[in-house]
Amino acid sequence: MIVVDQLSKYYRVANKQPGFKGTLKHFFDRKTYDIPAVTDISFKISPGEVVGFLGANGAGKTTLLKMMCGLIHPSTGLVDVSGYSPQRRQTAFLKEITLVMGQKQQLIWDLPPMDSLYVNAAVYGLSDHEAKVRINELAEMLELGEELTRPVRKLSLGQRMKSEILAALLHKPSVLFLDEPTLGLDVNAQARVRSFLSEYNKRTGATILLTSHYMADITALCPRVICIHKGKLFYDGDLDSLANSLSPSREVKVELKNPCASEQFEKYGVIQDLNDRFVCLLVSRDKLTDVVSNLLTDFDIIDLEISDPPIDQLIGELFIKGEVN
Amino acid sequence: MRIFGLSFKVIKTLLTTQYAYMLEYRIEIALWALSGVLPFIMFSLWSQNDVGNSFGLNDIGLARYFLSAFLVRQFSVVWVVFSFEEDSISGRLSPYLLQPLHPLFRYVASHLAEQATRLPFAIAIAITFFILNPSSFWLPSLPQFFLAYLSTHFAFTIAFLLQSLVAALCFWTEKSSALERLIFVPYLFLSGLLVPLSAFPSNVLKVAMITPFPYLINFPAKILSGMPVDIFDGFLAQIMWISILVPSVNILWKLGVKRYTAMGA
Repeated sequence: MIVVDQLSKYYRVANKQPGFKGTLKHFFDRKTYDIPAVTDISFKISPGEVVGFLGANGAGKTTLLKMMCGLIHPSTGLVDVSGYSPQRRQTAFLKEITLVMGQKQQLIWDLPPMDSLYVNAAVYGLSDHEAKVRINELAEMLELGEELTRPVRKLSLGQRMKSEILAALLHKPSVLFLDEPTLGLDVNAQARVRSFLSEYNKRTGATILLTSHYMADITALCPRVICIHKGKLFYDGDLDSLANSLSPSREVKVELKNPCASEQFEKYGVIQDLNDRFVCLLVSRDKLTDVVSNLLTDFDIIDLEISDPPIDQLIGELFIKGEVN
Repeated sequence: MRIFGLSFKVIKTLLTTQYAYMLEYRIEIALWALSGVLPFIMFSLWSQNDVGNSFGLNDIGLARYFLSAFLVRQFSVVWVVFSFEEDSISGRLSPYLLQPLHPLFRYVASHLAEQATRLPFAIAIAITFFILNPSSFWLPSLPQFFLAYLSTHFAFTIAFLLQSLVAALCFWTEKSSALERLIFVPYLFLSGLLVPLSAFPSNVLKVAMITPFPYLINFPAKILSGMPVDIFDGFLAQIMWISILVPSVNILWKLGVKRYTAMGA
């Protein structure tokens, strides 16, 4: 169980004005002040949950993650992870958790990942046999083979990320903190990392806390999302409810046999796009059945597709609304 | 068996991995070893005139002292502040802080592995020195060698702890390598790297001896070269400095980690 109670973090920063005068002033009379990165956030996460943290750049989600894993100390408030106070970094706690950062690496650059894996195995007190079994198991799940005996610098970004994940999970942590684990990976590599994390969660029942800029990561893995905006909790709940509350409409994409004028579609819903024989309408959920039935009767239709508007578009709108409010 | 709270397996794995890493950089390490020839430059400088005699050393004594200073320096050189600063600023420190192993042990392992990599180059340089100065050839007795070996490791420990103390300031200043210069200058003059401490006026020598610097080069080099030295006082001073620095580093580290903001991570 993870309990976060009225958690806040302030960073001390100093601003510098541009130019030589600004440089001198910054050198002799540096003014510092505190900026809030996270303000008064509270939530609970049950064991085995997969929770996605959403927010724009600088919203405070990574700071929140760093406080929960014990990397940085909170300014005020409490964090409790599996009965431990993370910032104390007790050995028993450190053996329970792991942190994967998409843009950072712990593997030794000039050596094969296997060397770093054996260092981690020794540090976490695994026997040689345990380490071997665990490496084989995870390597199979991550589709890693001889890459583990090739110098890290010779690996592709995707292979490196998978090796990083392997190193981070070698000690069987029960709580995973993942900060942008698919950053910079191509679509296929992203999908493989996602399916691995999903499989890992199913097999081990580990709690996974994830930040990502890729909505596909969140929609594929996280039934629950926590939205952070300007350091404050904006939404905490399941992703479907968020999508429904943000968009009570669905997208209806129609391919017509012959082009039609836009006026002909106005009575069915909001026209999102009209291009020759292709129309995209936004239709409220309660009228959806009637609208689809009428469209099929009134027009010569080749193809019809109903979908939710893209979640990233909805979330983007949510943050813009938050900004305006 | 546990050493400093670490199992033998952790120590062995860290050392072998770091040694493998250092071997990837053997050319760079050879160049680093060559770049440590300052004692030889000082030797050629002092041996060109009679100044050496005023140190109470003839040419052979001077040659042996500076070769010993070179060897001690090879096995007590420390760069932890630079590695730590880079890791701290780039965010590489973050995963290390979340593992059940104090990050400083990784740096200790990399230093020891580097020393092992330097060994053949240091021996080659020593052999070359003897070929060029055959009259200065000597072999220390076994107890002499053992004491010199021990005091060099103590010297390394003191130097490592001193730099770790400065490195921990990274949690406050971000650029603590600049502060390392504050240690480097007195180290250069008071350690015996440029000139044996016997050359110093007695009042300067008295001040020097209450700092840790003479115990980093001068003391082990004197043992190795067979010069007269108060072994008991020297080891006592080394142990005293280690006893002061270990808790100091520990306290500063604990205070600093609370301020860590995981920049760049």
